[in-house]
Amino acid sequence: MLAHAIFFYIFSLIAIVSAIMVTVSKNTVHSVFFLILDFISISCLFIMIGAEFLGMIMLIIYVGAVAVLFLFVVMMLNVAQQKNQWFSARESSKHIPVGLIISTIIFFELIIVIGGWKYKPDLVSSMSLNIDSSISNTHAIGYVLYTDYIHIFQLSGMILLVAMIGAIVLTFRQRSGVKRQSYFSQISRERSDGVELIDVPSNKGVKSDD
Amino acid sequence: MEYLSIIFSETYKILFLLVPVLISVAMIVWLDRRIWAFVQKRQGPNVVGPFGLLQSLADALKYMFKEVIIPSSSNKVIFILAPIVTMTLALISWAVIPFSATQVLADINVGILYLFAVSSLGVYGIIMGGWASNSKYPFLGAIRSAAQMVSYEVSIGVIIINVLLCVGSLNLNDIVMAQESLWFVIPLFPMFVIFFISALAETNRPPFDLPEAEAELVAGYQTEYSGMMYAMFWLGEYANILLMCAMGSVLFLGGWLSPIDLFPFNVIPGAIWLILKILFLFILFALVKAIVPRYRYDQLMRLGWKIFLPLSLTWVVLTASFLFYFNLLPTN
Repeated sequence: MLAHAIFFYIFSLIAIVSAIMVTVSKNTVHSVFFLILDFISISCLFIMIGAEFLGMIMLIIYVGAVAVLFLFVVMMLNVAQQKNQWFSARESSKHIPVGLIISTIIFFELIIVIGGWKYKPDLVSSMSLNIDSSISNTHAIGYVLYTDYIHIFQLSGMILLVAMIGAIVLTFRQRSGVKRQSYFSQISRERSDGVELIDVPSNKGVKSDD
Repeated sequence: MEYLSIIFSETYKILFLLVPVLISVAMIVWLDRRIWAFVQKRQGPNVVGPFGLLQSLADALKYMFKEVIIPSSSNKVIFILAPIVTMTLALISWAVIPFSATQVLADINVGILYLFAVSSLGVYGIIMGGWASNSKYPFLGAIRSAAQMVSYEVSIGVIIINVLLCVGSLNLNDIVMAQESLWFVIPLFPMFVIFFISALAETNRPPFDLPEAEAELVAGYQTEYSGMMYAMFWLGEYANILLMCAMGSVLFLGGWLSPIDLFPFNVIPGAIWLILKILFLFILFALVKAIVPRYRYDQLMRLGWKIFLPLSLTWVVLTASFLFYFNLLPTN
């Protein structure tokens, strides 16, 4: 148990410190790297409570794909210099009320959830499923995801699809005058389309069409 | 005391795994250059040691004694971290590779997901190196490799789903045992081909080595690196290639199983069969490097998103329908 506790405190300490560093570090790219560290230590915590499937999926989706795209965007936009201007500018203070409201809402939500869990445990346990603890949690998720929660699961897939189509529509523009490579016409080209054999009479030359 | 003994025995096991892996990485570099040379009718490295076997050792020594230059405008911490991350990620994934039914360092439930997760983290070494160098060519190389590796990971993930449908478990030993009667390379042959090509792209091997295309980007993300740090990138890259070969042989070629279950073959230990399969796949990797010209970047993206992804997704539907119709779905 002791080793377990030590590892728990190490990972949670790294998670909290890196979460703080995400918001305080001056360089935006550093913020993203701290975010990645945060994701990794949280997935370690998931693995420690025995939810190895969730932990791995968290690594694959958030660290392997989402954070790469974050990093991609942050590096391309070069936000590092802009952020310093935001901090020094006077009008930045008008963002503060909005931020305060959002953080208060999140804080109270956390109080409600954690308080309910602490003082009225039957509230939470009435929602949970009776899962056979002898099967691995990959199987356990599989048994409920496609049976009891199929509609919610499909709905969340639909929302992602709509978001994806929206992003494509927003950035898609048809430019005129762009030459595209058509693989089909390239491959289906015959010898007779491209090459012509001409007998050139001597001292006459030949007149080309173009 | 109890913890100490656990730590000692585990460290012993880890060293017993890592030292052979590192030595074989050095040997595989020699093999790669040798095959490359033979295809082009050259000799390749043949001077140091018998058949030039010690060439990589000599190279490593040379890198060790070279000066490590850190560009003054670079982001120093991330610049130094990048090769370390590449190397570490390439080595930690070997923990789950099964060398026989019992010879595996960590026999975890979600072994294949772990392999996939670690290989998808591999892109960070490259992005960090490219960005921290604060120079144009490394940055372009890093951006290219980020897009390329994310694209090809998608098709590798879908191919893994294909195999998992036939196995019904995420454990690597279960995946190997499920191939006892028939290796998955036979029923899932198109997926094996796509996996092989995606593995080439995932490890930035030719013909998909655009992140380090020497004709346009000098050396891509490695341009500013020198000495031992360059060598670490290099080692990490080859360890990743070996790992992809190991993953291919576990998923499709039956891992440590012998090809025929007859007397002279089934007494040979499983580790040797696995090594032979990894070597076979690596020789294919090296041959591809020697024969195929480099892809153009838009063609690479088209291949990943417009051909491999629809094809592997269709194959998932086909496999699932086939297994369901003939009532072959694994139950456990």
